Amino acid sequence: MAKVTVRIPTPLQKITGSKGQVDAEGNNVKDMFTNLEKQYPGIWERVYDEKNTLRRFINIYVNEEDIRFLDGENTALKDGDDISVIPAIAGG
Amino acid sequence: MSDFTEEQIHRYARHIILPEVGGIGQEKLLKAKVLALGAGGLGSPVLQYLAAAGVGTLGVIDFDVVDMSNLQRQVIHNADTVGELKVDSAKRFIEKLNPDIKVNAINGHLNSANAIDIIKDYDIVVDGSDNFPTRYLVNDACVFTNRPNVHGSIFRFEGQVTVFAPGDGPCYRCLYPEPPPPGMVPSCQEGGVLGVLPGVVGSLQAVEVIKLIIGKGEPLIGRLLLYDALKTEFRKLTLRKDKNCPVCGDEPTITELIDYEQFCGMPAIEV
Repeated sequence: MAKVTVRIPTPLQKITGSKGQVDAEGNNVKDMFTNLEKQYPGIWERVYDEKNTLRRFINIYVNEEDIRFLDGENTALKDGDDISVIPAIAGG
Repeated sequence: MSDFTEEQIHRYARHIILPEVGGIGQEKLLKAKVLALGAGGLGSPVLQYLAAAGVGTLGVIDFDVVDMSNLQRQVIHNADTVGELKVDSAKRFIEKLNPDIKVNAINGHLNSANAIDIIKDYDIVVDGSDNFPTRYLVNDACVFTNRPNVHGSIFRFEGQVTVFAPGDGPCYRCLYPEPPPPGMVPSCQEGGVLGVLPGVVGSLQAVEVIKLIIGKGEPLIGRLLLYDALKTEFRKLTLRKDKNCPVCGDEPTITELIDYEQFCGMPAIEV
């Protein structure tokens, strides 16, 4: 399985014990979140909705690319990939 | 050269000697009309720097009054203007800074009934609002009126900046097709915000506005700039136009402004 780093946004850092960056493994994005959920229970439901589809106000980027324009949650990962979880924020 | 007054040549000297701005660019700035949505954390530096830069017409819309708790970050206001309308307080600041600027102070909410009418009088919109219904409203109104929307948003120690340019790049809905359900993303009021953060993010928005006006550099179109104040880190991610986007995609399903409070399931309380 590919070893990647995942950047956790502030609103989700409660789940990761205040960590802004965590290590994870997975062959694709969905796989990675499945594994991450074992490590940090609760993260899945923040990223996926009740129908197990990715929430539409959170974007997942592999390196600099939005997975919606790659293969979605099936986007393949390789060692060293930098995953960003970016939710919409509205403050001004 | 244009017909600058001597005082203007003096005031804008540091711009005029920049090859990228020059007399021509300064003239463009003086003729430009920019609308700032919100005279809050982001709106403060946006209005201050655009006024200083000589952006000739500045519209500002906000419904709120200045509160003492705003002064930690909303630096266009001051202790003497607590209790006043934010748009009046902002207008007074701008007029003191630069008498060249015409200020349109609009006290009220941007809503589906007035958004198009207000926005069409301006060349560029700067979104410094603070809630999702307004974010989607501004986006759709800018797409429908073909106005660039210089977007900034902040949360605690993090900021996002991008330029949504209809026709040239993605829109806000391409980036975030749906708002978070109410309560899922805390507001600054609930979550707090570092006072300087909107200063950084709003200043970046002001830079992008000026680049668009003078037509120099690479505008932040199709790229999302993320700022992490705690890590002192800037990153850029690629944004793409979504061909299925309901407002700017190949087959749009939203062709006029909708009820955004209903769409977001929350009121637009804080603009």
